[in-house]
Amino acid sequence: MAYKTIVEDNIDILVAGAGLGGTGAAFEARYWGQDKKIVIAEKANIDRSGAVAQGLYAINCYMGTRFGENNPEDHVRYARIDLMGMVREDLLFDMARHVDSAVHQFEEWGLPLMRNPKTGAYQREGRWQIMIHGESYKPIVAEAAKKAADKVFNRICVTHLLMDESKPNRVAGAVGFNVRTGNYHVFKSKTVIVGAGGASNIYKPRSVGEGAGRVWYAPWSSGSAYGLLIGAGAKMTQMENRIVLARFKDGYGPVGAYFLHLKTYTQNGMGEEYESKWFPALEEMVGKRYLDVEASHRTHRPIPTCLRNHAFISEVNAGRGPIHMVTMHSFQDPHLEEIGWHNFLGMTVGQAVLWAATDVNPKYENPELTTSEPYVMGSHATGCGAWCSGPEDISPPEYFWGYNRMTTVEGLFGAGDAVGGTPHAFSSGSFTEGRLAAKAACKYIDEGKAAGIRVSDEQINRRKAEVYKPMEHYRIYRNEITAGSVNPNYINPRQGLDRLQKLMDEYAGGVTVSYMTNEKLLNIGLKKMKVLEEDLEKVAAENIHELLRAWELKHRHLTAESVFHHTLFRKETRWPGYYYRGDHMKVDDENWHVLTVSRRDPQTGEYTMEKAPCYHLVDAKDDA
Amino acid sequence: MPTFVYMTRCDGCGQCVDICPSDIMHIDTTVRRAYNIEPNMCWECYSCVKACPHQAIDVRGYADFAPLGHSVRVKRDEEKGVIAWRIKFRNGEKDMDLLAPITTKPWGKHIPQLRDVPAPTQEQRDSQLLYNEPKYIRFDDGGLHTLESNGLKMIKGVEGY
Repeated sequence: MAYKTIVEDNIDILVAGAGLGGTGAAFEARYWGQDKKIVIAEKANIDRSGAVAQGLYAINCYMGTRFGENNPEDHVRYARIDLMGMVREDLLFDMARHVDSAVHQFEEWGLPLMRNPKTGAYQREGRWQIMIHGESYKPIVAEAAKKAADKVFNRICVTHLLMDESKPNRVAGAVGFNVRTGNYHVFKSKTVIVGAGGASNIYKPRSVGEGAGRVWYAPWSSGSAYGLLIGAGAKMTQMENRIVLARFKDGYGPVGAYFLHLKTYTQNGMGEEYESKWFPALEEMVGKRYLDVEASHRTHRPIPTCLRNHAFISEVNAGRGPIHMVTMHSFQDPHLEEIGWHNFLGMTVGQAVLWAATDVNPKYENPELTTSEPYVMGSHATGCGAWCSGPEDISPPEYFWGYNRMTTVEGLFGAGDAVGGTPHAFSSGSFTEGRLAAKAACKYIDEGKAAGIRVSDEQINRRKAEVYKPMEHYRIYRNEITAGSVNPNYINPRQGLDRLQKLMDEYAGGVTVSYMTNEKLLNIGLKKMKVLEEDLEKVAAENIHELLRAWELKHRHLTAESVFHHTLFRKETRWPGYYYRGDHMKVDDENWHVLTVSRRDPQTGEYTMEKAPCYHLVDAKDDA
Repeated sequence: MPTFVYMTRCDGCGQCVDICPSDIMHIDTTVRRAYNIEPNMCWECYSCVKACPHQAIDVRGYADFAPLGHSVRVKRDEEKGVIAWRIKFRNGEKDMDLLAPITTKPWGKHIPQLRDVPAPTQEQRDSQLLYNEPKYIRFDDGGLHTLESNGLKMIKGVEGY
């Protein structure tokens, strides 16, 4: 291929992917590394990229310590009960104790945060969420990142991390290609902070055809946060903890502000409250530690999100759907009605379009809800991601190897979706994690840990051939057929994605099997994943845009394979409502009150699984 | 719900191509105007709609569940710091105008250039503090939370939890 190779050398900190995590990293890196070379490589345009591209109507993680509202340990308790005990409490506490400073900066930069006129504090929609006019949230934080970075490379799809050849298991930069020019880009860097996104579209979505892009998480979130790290041999954790969301049907509109601020509630097709009747049986399945019906009623302790999903799914399967969101009462108040619409326009415009198209006026009609296909991500209410070091003043030895948010690959850091075990970080927490990673990366360089990095031309050229192989494959085999997209020698990226989604759906617990799987299904699925991996060597890209889709697919495939291995390893149903192991339906604290950790050998592709201890740093309180 | 482009309004300026997070707004080489090359990878994020200087881009609901005949239009004004929406229902019974602020300050003017602020001391480097901390956490003189300050200690496994 006749694409130019463009080398950017002597980078100190490369930020790969600049959503909320990456922008936080670039901003903070400039303070601790005022003389350092900071470079951003982003697949889209950082003004509108990542999950917050279209905006956000709430900041979902804000302690409000300034207003005497919460302390970090309160947030640890909340996230822990929501995730059935399985979180990295050191990372959570660390994020929570810094997150307010990020939010206060956002306000100073011009982000409109709503205030409660009575208390003067930010307007809460729930204990952890504050309301904002966030249509321009991303452009505002992008401005901060652009001001901090030496160079911003937009439209670079980062495909691989470069590895140091003088010291094993040390990162040396990254490579990718420009989706506009096709040029091959080499970034030689002392450290890399992966701020890429989690995975949408690895499971078959509920919508089909033209509507396939109407998913809850952004369709451009291609699991690169995991694909890049897994490919480099970083240890991963909690990849079985994929999430299923209850959302407005078809539009995937958010329900948080509706429940919490607008005081709406759900009922089944007969107009009955259904949730509580599923809880006694569920209590037996998960144990009183995670669902104590009486205690929850008495103290308002939140019911874990996955268990509420379980009630939803069970009620629908029992034939009493659809589940409705009761909006008709609240929407009689014109102020709340306006907030309900603004809530969509600020972050999920598609839901407003759907209601306009189908004449659903929530003032006179209760809209339908549904549960989504599963997503793999580490910053929303779920904790997939890399096994990272915590901060030195909090973490026990098993969780600490010197540099905050550094993965098990030296010099390779994570932020946002890339960091495992830190659910409920959301946008502000991801930005904060980026800041923490950036400070640690500067320290890593200043302490001489990045000295003597060597990257040979052989490695760079080998990756180049690999990156463009789908286009080469297309060129060679295209003319064996007359026309069309059916070729015996290759599949195109969309065909590969369809196969991946079908496989994940049927064998790894997607929508069509009501999120149910078992050992036998998982093993069959894994076998098919291997064959798909062989076919992905023959994926064909007709142009640079398809090459982008081909690499997104490869990252999604690595992510999906990791989900299979983790789900197979954890022989219990830790999160009923997110997925079920039909052969191990109960929560098994005796054997599985542990974190799961995997490593894929970059040379052989073989997986090694292990258990890691789950440490708790705060005691339980009923009012978590 | 995918985007589409009106032929008579588009002048092929490429601002939608520049901003689309999904890389699906492209310029047709024959008519030299923008179009959506991959509707099933469009998230209806409206980034291109907001960026278009000619209001040439619109959205229609996804064919697999949304009937025709509705509209959700937007105008984003950075200078005024507001965004205006107009929603028209298919049956014509609801027609809404909604306005929201997008910023409280002129663009970029209040973001500090960290290269020029006083450099952090060694003590700050050795601490757990980030830029502007601990002041920006509480806007007072309280220190950073630690395990000790909050009376916490690590417990392994399920015991004590």
